[in-house]
Formats: sequence, structure tokens, C-alpha cells
Amino acid sequence: MNTTIKNIQSHFEIKDITEQRNNLTFLSIQKEQAVPLVTHLRDYEGFSYFIMLSVVDWIEEGEFQLTYLLNNPEKKIDIGVRTRISRENATMESAHHLWEHVATFQRELKEMYGIDFPGSPRVDEEFILEGWDDIPPMRREFDTKKYSEETYFPRPGSESYDPREYMKNKLYRDDYEEE
Amino acid sequence: MIMKKNKTFEKNSDRSKYPEQGSDGKNKIDLSSGKYTKVWQGPNHPGVTGNMSLELTLCGDEVVDAKTHVGYLHRGFEKLFERRLYMQVMPTCIRMCVPESDTNEYCFAEAVEELAGIEIPEKAKWLRMLALEMSRLQMLLRVVPGQGGTFGLGIGVQWGMYVRELILDLFEELTGGRIYHMYMLPGGVRGDLPDGFKDRAMKAIDEVYKVAKRIDDVMFTNSVFKKRAIGIGYIEPSWIDKFGIVGANARAAGYNRDVRKDYPYLNYDQLNWEVPVLENSDIYTRARIRWMDMQVTADLIRQILEKIPEKGSFKTPTPNALNWRIPKGETYVRAESSRGEYGYYVVSDGSAYPRRINLRGPSYSHAVALLEKLLINANIADVPGIMVSLQTCPPEIER
Repeated sequence: MNTTIKNIQSHFEIKDITEQRNNLTFLSIQKEQAVPLVTHLRDYEGFSYFIMLSVVDWIEEGEFQLTYLLNNPEKKIDIGVRTRISRENATMESAHHLWEHVATFQRELKEMYGIDFPGSPRVDEEFILEGWDDIPPMRREFDTKKYSEETYFPRPGSESYDPREYMKNKLYRDDYEEE
Repeated sequence: MIMKKNKTFEKNSDRSKYPEQGSDGKNKIDLSSGKYTKVWQGPNHPGVTGNMSLELTLCGDEVVDAKTHVGYLHRGFEKLFERRLYMQVMPTCIRMCVPESDTNEYCFAEAVEELAGIEIPEKAKWLRMLALEMSRLQMLLRVVPGQGGTFGLGIGVQWGMYVRELILDLFEELTGGRIYHMYMLPGGVRGDLPDGFKDRAMKAIDEVYKVAKRIDDVMFTNSVFKKRAIGIGYIEPSWIDKFGIVGANARAAGYNRDVRKDYPYLNYDQLNWEVPVLENSDIYTRARIRWMDMQVTADLIRQILEKIPEKGSFKTPTPNALNWRIPKGETYVRAESSRGEYGYYVVSDGSAYPRRINLRGPSYSHAVALLEKLLINANIADVPGIMVSLQTCPPEIER
């Protein structure tokens, strides 16, 4: 893994490196360099298996974190390439040309987080939702409970509890400590 | 085993009667020309596994375009996780793949333990392996004969379901549940082996070998099955990385990839087995690989039952579930499900609630990008066979 990281550092400006396990390392890079780095990893470092593209919503900082997880089947190591993009007008360079299934991840992220990947095949087509006209539902400001209350009729006789409060009162009454 | 090479592409090499192709190599389809029919296969269709549908465009009986549609089973789990305490995630995450829930339990529990720095007891590792392999086995008992079912060979399915029930009985004994077990909690497992479990499990495993022999006799030597499965649904070896193909689908194309061997977790490095690998990469070969997997898994359960320590703790104490704050960090944890590599990406912001939990199931690439590619030029009658041969599980696409 160290050789790979050194090779990457000689070509790209890596910001912070986190060695999570001896076969899994996360590193951060500027938005503009993320797809070139993923391309470099695929073409020159043997990371031929694209595991996933994931997003973490850091709403407090006004940013999305995109994580490209790649695997090198020969060396049996993983790298997570992290990059941050603004939540406002969230747009990222598409990586659909590198692996066939990347377009599916990008299509889902467009629908669920509103992150655009211009040029990605079928990126504007509905993937999981149908006729959705609210804000992208995986964004943290989307309130699931409020949406349910406004959209669905309450069933007479049914009760709902806050799970945490319920557990506190029923299960852990004695040893519960306030934060 | 002598098998014919794939003939699907050779058979369709004359493109004159088919749609024109654009510069991108894709078919130009004009539905108003009257040459094409659009057919929706699913979401309720005997030839479609789970709740998904295929939008097929046909020219005669040949598929010229295919699109996968999911969303019929979307329950917003990944959104719900962000409002659940770590322990409350457990009963929800197992529903992300209904027929094989234990892989979810393991990946989530392992990710939490890794982030929280918890080491689980030795006995818990063996018990987790037992549950994981039993889960793989009951899934394979459905899927292997189920491949015959897609071509009208239903008898194997009945046999497989019978033996699967025996495995589910064992699950009920071990965990209290038949389908959803919630057995592997962060810190270990929920319970020890019941008295006499080993003997009863060994007897059930004997039935697996018997049914495997019967399935071999009835399915793999059946001329109709061979005619329908050999050479159909061919996956080029060069597609393995391009489409992110894992598990039996990759191993049927000559790629020796098994998470249990490549990234040994729990105590898999203490077991003795060979990973089945074949090369013909068609429906028949993928079914054959799963048939071999079924017996390998049965063998592994026997080995595990022999090695489970009789004494010792099966759970490390964990903090109060209501106030358990997991240190800030992120990780990716993988395990080998019956469908291949199954992984959880978990991010903690240091609070009592997960910041992000994202599942990567094998079907995410198999049932969308790969299936859409494989169905082009396929005969409409082969669509269910091709789909089942990829062992798709829609819930893991639309978590």
C-alpha cells in the first residue's frame, strides 16, 4: 500500500491520508483532480474493480463528500478517494467512461442528492423514485417524518413513539444517563 | 465437462434484418415503424426475481433493447439509518436483502466494531461463521434448482425448498427466527449453540448432499436444460472488471475471486476448502458453480461445527445502546454472500447516530448495467433464465 500511496503523491496533491486498515486507505483530493486520480489508479496502479461511489452529506459545512471506493484484486488492497463539492449547485465530473456500472451510481446520486454528473448516460431518468417533486430525499434537510405526516393519512388507533424515548422509558430507565 | 461455446452472438451475426446501429454501436429503434414491440416483464411476473421489472423492446422474439426498472421495494433504509441509534439499525439493515439477511448483520456489526475498536470473542467468530454459511446454504438451495425452474423444470425446486426448510429449522433453534435472525450484534452474537444442535445440523447437512446428487441427475444431465442453458447468457471475461462482476458470476468466467479467501475475515483462514472456478461463463456454468458452492458450503458448516469451542464467552459487553457514541471515522467492510462480494460503507461523525451507511450489493451492477447488456440479442424466452443466472436481488439495489 505504501508504494501505491507514494506513486500517487508524486503525481497528485493529496490532502490527508487515513490508513483505516492495512488493506484500506482513505485519501482526500481536490474536486478537479478526483476523476483523474481514479483514472490513474485504474490505468497505472491496478485498481481495476470499482466498488462504489458514495456520498456523505456534511450539511453543517455546506458540502457533500464523494467517496470513490476502488479495489486492486492483485494486491488485495482498497483505496477510498474522497473529495468535497459544494451543496449549492452540486455538480461533479462524470466517471461513467471508466466502468460501465458507474453510470448507475451517478444516476442514483442525481436522484437522491441532486448531484449532477453532466454527460453521464440516463442521469436525468428516474431510477428508484417515480414522479418525485420534492427536494432530493437523501439530503439531510429532507424531513422524512414531516413528509409522511403530510402525504399519508394517519391510521385510527395507531400510535407511534420516538424510538429513543421509548427505549429510554421501557428498557433503560435505571441506568440511562443524560448526555 | 465438455460444453459448447457460446453461439448466441454467432447466430445473430447477420445484422441486415435488425435495427441500424448508430456510431455508438447501439441500436436505432423507431417504435412507430411497426417493427418493434415494447413488453414490460414484471414487477409481477413469474420469470422475474423479486420486485423489479424489465422494459424490453423486441424485434420479433429477439430483445433489441432492455432497461431495468427498480423502485417497487424502496423503503428508504439508508435515510432511516441516519435517524437511528447504532443498535436500532440492526433490525432494519437485515431487510436490505430479504432471503439472505445474515450478511447484512455481519457487515454492519463488523463495521461498528472496527470503528469502535471492539474485539469479539473467539467463540463469537465461529458462531458468526456458522450463521453466515447456513445463510449462504439456504439461499443456494433456492437458487440452484430455481435455475431449472426458469426453464420449466420445477421438481428440483420442491426438493431444494424441503432441505431449505431443514436449515431454517436450525436457524429457528439457534436464533429464534427463520428469515430474519438479528443474531450478530456489535460485540458478538446473541446466543450460544443449543444442546444437541451439532448432531441435528449434521443430519440436515447430509440431506444437502443427497439433494445435490438428485439435482445433478435431474437438472445438469437433462437435455432440455442443457439446450436452454449452454451457450446462452455468455459473459465475456473482459467484462468482469468493466461491469464490476463478483461472486459465482465472475468465478464461472474463470476469475478466482472469493472474499473469504482473498480477504479472510473471522476464522475463514482456519478452514480447508477450494474455491470452485469454471470457464464457460454461460447460464449452465453459473448454475454449476452454485451447485458446487452449495456442497462446499455444506462442507464448511461441518468443519465449523467441529471447531466451535464448547466453552467461552460469545459476546463482548458494549456500552449502553442509548448513549453509545462511535468514534469519528469511516470504513468499508465486505463479506462473501451467496451472490458475491457484499459490502457496507459506514461513516461516523462521532455522535450516537450513523452519519451514513451505504450498502454495495452485487445486484447493483449485475441486475442493472450487466443485465441490460446481456439481454441485447437474447431471445425473449431466455430472459428469465439469464436473469436468474445472475442471482439478482432487487432490495439491495434500492435500499
